[in-house]
This record gives sequence, C-alpha cells and structure tokens, in this order.
Amino acid sequence: MAEPVYVDGKHVPFREGQSILEVLRTAGVQLPDLCHDPRLGPQGTCRLCLVHVEGQPGLVAACATPAQPAMRVATDTEALRDYRRTVLELLLSELPPSRECPRCSTLGCCSLHAAAARFGAQEDRFPKLRFRQSSQDANPFIQRDYRWCIACYRCTRICGEWEMAGAIAPAGRGQGIHIRSFPTDRLLESPCTFCGQCIGTCPTGALTDRKAADQIGTGEVTRVRTICPYCGTGCGIHLIAQGGHLVGVEPDFSNPVNQGSLCVKGQFASWEFANSPDRLTTPLIRENGSFRQATWEEAYQLIATRLSEVRDTCGPDAIALWSSARATNEANYLMQKFARVVVGTNNIDNCART
Amino acid sequence: MSNSIGELEGADFLLVVGSNTTESHPVIALRIKKAARQGARLVVVDPRRIELTRLAHRWLQLRLGTDIALFNAMAHVIIREGLYNAAFVREQTGSFDTLRKHLERYTPEYAAEATGIPPDAIVRSAREYAVASRAAIVYTLGVTEHSCGTHNVQALANLALLCGNFGKPSAGVNPLRGQNNVQGAGDVGCIPTELPGYQKVDDPAVRRKFEAAWGRPLPSRRGITKTTALDEVLKGRLRAVYIMGENTVVSDAHASRTQAALERLDFLVVQDIFMTETAQLAHVVLPAASYAEVDGTFTNTERRVQRVRKAVDPPGEAKPDWLILCELATRMGYHMAYSHPSEVWNEVARLAPIVGGISYARLEKEGGLQWPCPTQEHPGTPCLHADGLASRRGHFAPVDHVPPAETPDESYPLFLTTGRRRSTYHTGTMTGRASGFHLLVPHEWVEVNPQDAATLGLRDEEEVYVASRRGRVKARVKVTDRSPDGVVFMSFHFPESTRTNLLTSDAYDFVTETPEFKVCAVRLEKVKRGRRPRG
Repeated sequence: MAEPVYVDGKHVPFREGQSILEVLRTAGVQLPDLCHDPRLGPQGTCRLCLVHVEGQPGLVAACATPAQPAMRVATDTEALRDYRRTVLELLLSELPPSRECPRCSTLGCCSLHAAAARFGAQEDRFPKLRFRQSSQDANPFIQRDYRWCIACYRCTRICGEWEMAGAIAPAGRGQGIHIRSFPTDRLLESPCTFCGQCIGTCPTGALTDRKAADQIGTGEVTRVRTICPYCGTGCGIHLIAQGGHLVGVEPDFSNPVNQGSLCVKGQFASWEFANSPDRLTTPLIRENGSFRQATWEEAYQLIATRLSEVRDTCGPDAIALWSSARATNEANYLMQKFARVVVGTNNIDNCART
Repeated sequence: MSNSIGELEGADFLLVVGSNTTESHPVIALRIKKAARQGARLVVVDPRRIELTRLAHRWLQLRLGTDIALFNAMAHVIIREGLYNAAFVREQTGSFDTLRKHLERYTPEYAAEATGIPPDAIVRSAREYAVASRAAIVYTLGVTEHSCGTHNVQALANLALLCGNFGKPSAGVNPLRGQNNVQGAGDVGCIPTELPGYQKVDDPAVRRKFEAAWGRPLPSRRGITKTTALDEVLKGRLRAVYIMGENTVVSDAHASRTQAALERLDFLVVQDIFMTETAQLAHVVLPAASYAEVDGTFTNTERRVQRVRKAVDPPGEAKPDWLILCELATRMGYHMAYSHPSEVWNEVARLAPIVGGISYARLEKEGGLQWPCPTQEHPGTPCLHADGLASRRGHFAPVDHVPPAETPDESYPLFLTTGRRRSTYHTGTMTGRASGFHLLVPHEWVEVNPQDAATLGLRDEEEVYVASRRGRVKARVKVTDRSPDGVVFMSFHFPESTRTNLLTSDAYDFVTETPEFKVCAVRLEKVKRGRRPRG
C-alpha cells in the first residue's frame, strides 16, 4: 500500500489512479461537485471541488487531480469556504430566483441549491445576468428549461459518452453557450432514447421529469428504495409517492447494478400502470359468461372446491400451476409450495420460456 | 450469468450473440459500450442490423438459425491452430477428443456455406476470442428461443471451455435474463423438476428434507412444463390451471392453440393486476398487488438477490400474491401463515443452500447479494467457478447444426423472427399504460428489408397481413435495413391490434421446451382497401 494521503491532517489510504475527490469520498468528506458524475471522467468546469494542496501554487480541482502519496490536502479552510460561496453566488446570478427552481419546487432540493444553502451563498450578491433560454421542446418526458443550466456538460456527456445516443450537444460559446438537440431542438426528432439519464445527472432544475412534475401536488413526498419491475437487469430505483399515490421514479445511484443509470422503461414507465384505473380491485367470478364482483371468501371457497374436485376425481397431476417471473421470490416460493404440498403435483412452471 | 454485469466493462473481448442489448437490456449495454470505448473488441453475432453492430469491430451477420455452424467452426479453428488453453482443457474438462473429432468437418468454409459469413471473418473472430485475456460471451433469447436452443448454448459453452474462460473475472458465459425475476422464479423452485435451490424432485433424500420442513408427503413424479401442459389439456388429461401474473395467451407461441387449450379447461384461475387477455378466459380472477405495493425480493440476471419495498397500498381489495396463496392454502386444509415476506424468505434460505446466507437484515445493510451465498459470513459470488470446475468437470458437448423446424417455401417465403423493442415491453400491460409511449412506438411494425419491400411493392407504414400456417395478423410495414433480405421482424407488444404470437411456431427445444419464437415462415399480403372490384 502506498503512503497515504493526508486529508485535513488525517491519514487516508488510497489506490494508485484515484483522484483526490475519490480519496475524499473514502474519508467521508463531501465537497460540492456539480459537474462531476463518477460514471464519466473528470470534467473540472464547476470549480467547486477546489482544494488546497500543500506545495502547489493556487487551488486544484479535486475531481481532475490524481492523488499522490504523502499529498497533504486541505478541504475546509476559511478561504476555501469563501471561494466556494463566491463561485456559487456567481452561478446563482446566472439563474432565475431560486424559489422558482423546477426541481426544488417539486421533487426536492437540487444539488446546486443544496450547495448554495450549505455555503450560505446569497441570491443577490451579484446582479442577475441574462438567463439562458428555455427549450420549446414539448416532448412528454424530459422538461428542458435551460434557464437553470449552469453549463456543466453532465447531460451532454452522459448522452454522448455513456448512453452514446449523441442526441444533445453544447452549441454557442461563452455566456451564450446552450444545450440543444439535433437536427431540430425536439428530442422526439433526435436520436434520443429517452433513457432519462440526463435528468438523473443534472445538478440543477434544468432537466426534470415532466411526467413526475405533472403528477406532483402538495404534501409530503416519500422515496422508497426498490428494484425496477421490467427486465432482468435489476436496476435500483426510488419510487416517489405522495398522498398514497406514485408520482415518479428516480434512479438509485447507490445500486452497483445500474450506478444511477436507467432506460426509458425504468424512468418513464415503471409507476403509472400501478395507478391505473384499470387495476383489478376485487375478486371476479365468471357466471353465465360474464364476470361479477365477489368477496375474497367466495372466491377462495370456489377455488378450493373446484381444485379439490379435480384433484379427487382426476388426480393431482390434472392440475398445473404457472408462476410468474414478474412476482417476488417469496410469492414464487409459496406458489411452488402450494402446488407440491396443497395440490400434490410437480406441475409447477414459470414464464421463463417466453 | 457466470459473471457479473459490472464485470463486462472489464472484458477485452466481447462476443455478443442473439442479444439486442441496447434495446432489451439498455443498462447492461452501457457496460458493453464502456468496454468498447476502452478498447475491447466487440464482435456481434446477429442476423439483424441491431444498434450494437454500429459499435462492433465485426458484425457476423449469420443466416437465421445457423449459430451452431458458426460456433463449431470457431472451435474448429481454435483447436486446429492450437490456440486453446491446454492446461484448462486437461485439468477441468472432459470429452475433448470426442469434440475434436466431431468438429473436424466444421471448417470455416463449411460454416461459411451454412451461415453466409465469410470464412476469413470466422477465423479472425475465433483467433481473437482465443487470444483475449478476458473474453466474455453475452447471449440472450436469440440463442435460446430456437428448437436447437440448448445446443446453441452448448456450442457457445464449448468455446468458453476450450479457452478456459470460466472462473475468471470479466469472462464467462453470460445469458441476460429478460424479466425482473425470471432468475428468482427458477431459483425458488417454480420448475417441474426442481425444488427450491435447484434440488431435484426425483432425489428421495431431497424430498425427505422438504417433507420434514413442510410436514406433508411430496409428489415424486416430475411435473410437466407449460409447453407440454397445453398438449395435455387438449388430450383432456389436464383439467385445471392456476396462473399467477402471466398473460399466457399473448406471450406464448402459437397463440390460437394456447387460447383453445385454456378455453377447454374445466377450471382456470388467473391472479393478476389487470384484466389481461388471459384473465378474460378465467373462471375466477384474483386481484393482485403490484411490485410497488409489496415487500419481497427479486433476483436479477447476475444472481443478485435485491430487496423490493412497498411504496404504496394496493388498490381496492387487491392483495399481495404471497398473502393470497397463504389464505387459499389454509382454506384447502394446509395451514400456511407468515407475518411478513421476510419470514417466507427465511424459510427459503433454510431450505435452499445457494441462498442460505442471505437475510433481509443483510440485504438492508449490504445491498444485493449474489448467490451462491451459503452462510451468513459468505460475501456472495460475483464470478462463478472461481475455484475451478475440477469437481464437476465441464464436459464438451458435440452438437450439430440443424435447420429450424420451419423454413420458408413457396407459400410462406419469408422468415419471421420476433423480439423486443426498447420502449415497449412484452404484452404491453405496463408500457401500454405509460403516457407518451405511443409517440415512441405507436403500433406494431413488421420490419421489412428495402429489397423485399420493393419486390412486394410495399410502402412504409402501409398496413399488411402477416400470415403463417397458424394464423394471420395485421401490422404496418417499416421499411428498414435492420432486417436482412428475406427476414421480417416483429415484437408482440400490441396484442389488441396485432397478436404476433398467432403466427409463431409450435416447435420447441426438446430439452428446455422453450418455443422457437425466433424462427417461423410467413408471407406478407397486401390489405385490400374497401374498394369494390371493378367490372
């Protein structure tokens, strides 16, 4: 093991090739890192993870600087706090008033405004600049309000380098830089796969889930960590609920399977169906060719009677049970137990063959 | 998967076979893309010009259903040129000489004839696979949904065994499973021949163990699969079926036969979250809770058991599947009661050694765990066979190329192959209810090669009948070079307008009984508009 890095005077072990930012994570030091997404390489544009390294002139970006043995890093000096607050105040001067942030006002605080609050950045320290323009794109999935864009390029990089869709790119230069899709600024006409990863990575309210924004009302929002119900990848998601209804989904960045990535189904199709008015809500029994509502007790009694009849007259192997690759392990386990113990047959299968 | 999703990004060679990964497993595809960006060689084997072919160093566009000829020829080259891992073959495998003899006739030239792939491309791919230090094989239903599906897998496994690619990080043989818990459903015993944890029902010692735990004698006769069950219904031997959470009449091959079989049953119970096409045939329909309304676990394609957590209450009187089964069992005279799904899981862990060390408490603290995980102290197993195959040598399987059960002829001149699209899922019960998705895929398309479209005089978006020996459906034409000449592609996501599985074949793999969804013969017929015939 190499000689450790010293973070604010404490020893922190590290591996060759790790950035200072990664070493700080190990040490439990969380710096604001608005342009950083661990799935991509360092970007180094937001200048918020700057730290002081002994023996180096000026400040260095922790995300873009490799850690070295015996490096002495200071992360929390008065000068650094002042510096970060000023950078954040400059960023706020580029954006509309914080209280209007499309993310903070719906799903909860965005990374930018969280950092601003943490470092006590003042909204009006600098005069407001002219804002970037919101996109007129009316696609039903991704709300693109670039008035909130800080030009960190996480969205264009996640789209180009990670998803490799290349649907969006920066255009213009300097303060006039803006993000657009090609060939038109409508994502539905671009190579966009609507994976929603640009929303997941965006540190501000510039990119938000339009479906969730449309659903969300007032009241407390809860997040439940669970697993996407679609394919066998098993991506981690947070289901977002409000007032007993699902209103949206966010990727689970802590799940090693997807590391915060999702696809169009996980991001945009994994909760509406559960709210659907088409859901079955009572047991139904067929009578004279049509269904009537029944109580659970009636349904259970009918099933118990009919299955017992078939078993007693034709034997248990005249009954088959088909379980579900969509249901939980616990439900599947009980289904096969039911088949083998209650019915007495090994005619238990699941939809693995379709 | 023998290895893990995350390991794919560390491979230096990837052979992706019959997997439209960017559409069917978009998040796993991210790892393949990353590997390719970092310099791994990517060889894609697929008859269709799927998105991954654009990223691939080489696209082996084989004719539909000729996989075995290709993999056998690759193995032939690896043996002929002495590129195999001799130590691994000697120490950990069996039947090498049989394989070598068997493969003598599978020259690249022979395979080129069958597959349509130039011999040179086969030779180069074989060499690259053999000399790579971490070569991963990734495959999906394009390999298994054939009447020779098991043999396809064995031919791929031969390659991995020859080159010692088991038990090594970022290598192995990696089937990507299609449904959130298809791995788990098998793991916990929803298989006619296996009790939980892949313990054989015909092993008396295994049965005694489960009988002691469950307090009832267990049937010793192997059960039948869903595929065979349909025959048994039509023969009058199977009388009642209980289906939990599956839209069988839409998702299964040869849908009209499936439907006829279910309609003939004396009694059908369907437990689901929607009134699906299958539920409509039931005598009793039970309303189930969805994944968002239950606690439990799913097991993903890399054998990772992960916690599913309840976010909201089920609607109306709907109940969790596990609770319904408990209440019904109790009414049928077997007391089945658990206070929470965690108690059910504890029973699984007690009885199935592969997950013996996994508990809800650990999942809460450590996140998902990959089986085998036999004890509380075991960290789980990201990469199988790391200790070698020695105790259960990997035997080479000499398999032969056989054509699909149904091939085009004069009446049905085109191949139909079926699959998935990124933004729609299976029978559409879930994605069909997601707003905005009609803008992404508005309806079923039959994807037709431009040359075939020209020959048949078909225009983009024109409505046609697609007909096979078993049925006929309407769909709109999408003229695209994603389909090779002579092959059309369809999904099965729009059952209300296009029941694609009315077309698919009865043929199935004789080992796993997986239907041959990937190949059947069809013709396209123009839809005559409502004009009166002239004269």
